[in-house]
Amino acid sequence: MHLDEIFFKIMIYLLAAVISVPIAKKVGLGSVLGYLIAGIIIGPFVLELVGDDGEGVMHFAEFGVVIMLFIVGLELHPSMLWRMKRLVLGLGGMQIGITALIFALITAFFWLNTAQAITTGLILALSSTAIVLQTLSEKGLLQSRGGRHSFSVLLMQDISVVPIFAIVALLANQVVVDSGDSSELDAVTSSGWMQLLIIIGAVGAIIIGGRYVAHYIFKFIAETRLRELFTATALLLVIGIAGFMDVVGLSPALGTFLAGVVLANSEYRYELEDNLEPFKGLLLGVFFISVGASINFDLLFSHWQLIIVILSIVVTVKLLVLFALGKLFKLSASHNMLFTFSLAQAGEFGFVLISFATQNAIYDAFTSGVLLIVVALSMLITPLLFIVNEHLIQPRLLKSESRDNDAVEDNGHPVIIAGFGRLGQVLGRFLNVNRINSTIIDNNPHNIEYLKKFGYKVYYGDITRKDMLEAAGAAHAKVLVIAMSERLQIDKLVELAQKHYPNLQLIVRAVDVAHDLALQNSGVKAHRQATFDSAIQLGSDALTALGVSKHQSYRSALTFKHLDKRFMKNLQQRYSKDDPHFVLETKQFSEHLENILLLQQKHPYQELDCAWDTNSLIDEAKESKKKDEMPMKQGEE
Amino acid sequence: MRKILILFAHPMVHKSRVNRQLIEAVEGLDHVTVNNLYERYPDFFIDVKYEQELLLEHDIIIWHHPFYWYSAPAMIKEWFDLVLEHGFAYGREGNALAGKHAMTCITTGGRESTYQGNGLNRFPLHQFLLPFNQSAHLCKMEYLPPFVVHGVHLLSEKEISDTVLQYRKVLQYLGDQDINLLMASKNEYVNQLV
Repeated sequence: MHLDEIFFKIMIYLLAAVISVPIAKKVGLGSVLGYLIAGIIIGPFVLELVGDDGEGVMHFAEFGVVIMLFIVGLELHPSMLWRMKRLVLGLGGMQIGITALIFALITAFFWLNTAQAITTGLILALSSTAIVLQTLSEKGLLQSRGGRHSFSVLLMQDISVVPIFAIVALLANQVVVDSGDSSELDAVTSSGWMQLLIIIGAVGAIIIGGRYVAHYIFKFIAETRLRELFTATALLLVIGIAGFMDVVGLSPALGTFLAGVVLANSEYRYELEDNLEPFKGLLLGVFFISVGASINFDLLFSHWQLIIVILSIVVTVKLLVLFALGKLFKLSASHNMLFTFSLAQAGEFGFVLISFATQNAIYDAFTSGVLLIVVALSMLITPLLFIVNEHLIQPRLLKSESRDNDAVEDNGHPVIIAGFGRLGQVLGRFLNVNRINSTIIDNNPHNIEYLKKFGYKVYYGDITRKDMLEAAGAAHAKVLVIAMSERLQIDKLVELAQKHYPNLQLIVRAVDVAHDLALQNSGVKAHRQATFDSAIQLGSDALTALGVSKHQSYRSALTFKHLDKRFMKNLQQRYSKDDPHFVLETKQFSEHLENILLLQQKHPYQELDCAWDTNSLIDEAKESKKKDEMPMKQGEE
Repeated sequence: MRKILILFAHPMVHKSRVNRQLIEAVEGLDHVTVNNLYERYPDFFIDVKYEQELLLEHDIIIWHHPFYWYSAPAMIKEWFDLVLEHGFAYGREGNALAGKHAMTCITTGGRESTYQGNGLNRFPLHQFLLPFNQSAHLCKMEYLPPFVVHGVHLLSEKEISDTVLQYRKVLQYLGDQDINLLMASKNEYVNQLV
């Protein structure tokens, strides 16, 4: 393809996305559907802008799914999984198992052979992680009971993609063996056991590489402090694993998911997520576009009755199974409805699995075409299902049942500490002792290395970036401690936090007096110079060393601190609020000091602390004694 | 030999004349421990365990302080509030101090004559000491008559050193002599009893 052709194609895809997605979101259809519709429009059946290369593009954009699974793996905590095991394994496992079984039976009975039936059952059992998670989170329903049940099932489905691929591969072998077509053996190895061994070997390689090797690579790259290099490394990682899996004959998505899980506990987790997120988003978008473009409308129109029937069966069976399971797991009616309706579609993994199965000769062109359409259509009607639930069903239910309190999960810690150097560490320790857990972010790999030895959980990243701040949990945290050492960084983060998370309370370190004043001017309530208190403490120790009583030294330190506060207030009033840079540019530190000393002269130190002063008492006592001793004047009594 | 613990509380010892000399005169005695509270706890963060240990190790507790506002400086109050825990110093199980003796040593600005019905301070001194008296009783201790130095602002150096010697003698007496005799005499102050 010529360069201008490529550019044209890219432009078409991007244009389609940029136009259709905002419209789709406005209309309430969600971004995934926007992409699908964009694909349909630019595809061979409407505008004919893209067509025969749809396959190639889909393949390329599948990479978006691969990245998505990597990120899903990254966000999986084994401990969270364990906590949710009842829902994930129980509910999720049962959903997949029962649904797959029913579909397999139905399709085997009516249309397909065994291998095809099993594969179809498994494919249709899955729901669309992308659409459902996106929609639920857009509607703010992810934390509701229904939402969390959906999430657990989706999680289980994501995990089960791994064994499903393996099963389909095994079935592929069987198909090859049954059909006796030895030319297919190139694509597939000769026996199921061999395949299993390969799977184990590849999995093992990823686990070992992820646990032991990746860390050093990341540290090495992070030390260069060049953002683009880390991005390159992250992409390289995902592409590398995907390619490796491809060569070995396994699903790339499986490999990256596994890699993500292994890296979920890495201190570079947030940074990885952060760097890959834009790629994932874009590529997924392109993927969905190409799915839309590859919907075979000829097939759709020629066999529309069959397709409608199949679609209805799929959605109905899923609805029924989900509803029954929801009841089994004691969801109340309204939550169950959300749960049921949100998952009643087939998922994007269907596309990936269908093409995998087709490549491995499980499906013929007709079957795969029909299934693709069914999956795509089921995804298309998902927003309709949500709408039905929201506007027809929920209002009816809400009247009849009392709202039970949705337990809100603790999304992350209440405190984020940005910068874990000398100041941040002591502060973090202090909070820890007070049983406050913090999410700690630092951008110096050395710090992180060092701190790991002490059992701290520190994440690597540049927190002055909005997505990093978001990833650290700023939307749900209560306090952001800014303990970094560079003034520019601090100011940048303050601005960012004030702009996007105004409810986040800021505790900010000031690097010097000017900075302190500037922070006050910018509306930060809690700010302090890093060295001030220590200087006074040490000064107090110096006084004691000179023979001043400890209590006096202590009071002197207190007096100085309070006096300084007053001085600061005074200084601040001098500098206009509208011009914080005035402080920075025109006043040198020595001038500040001069001001302070001048003010100090005006407020004699002693006046502030004349506690227990007895001079006046003594004077008065002497006076009255003198009076007593004076001879009484004539005429006085 | 009875062991004496002096809980000394003066926020500005360097400005003090009398109290400083009183303490300097007795801190050398073998059976006497001086616990300078404002020095030990400049930020008022009392080490309760340590203080309680100290109490257990001594037989006579003396609260030694200037008489601020008919009471003791804030540190003594903090000490009372934190150290005399229920279950340790008082209460059914609180017997750590049972059988010990407690005493007050104070310096006042007002002369002795002011501490009576028609004087400036309207009441005799021992009435102002009732909180200490009763606290001691609650902790199952005997409360001895106080050692008092009146009219400190106007004392001459000679008067001070005489008083200081008196204090020393009292503490020596308390170390090994008959305390019951002291109690039975029913004197206002302990100064003259030895």
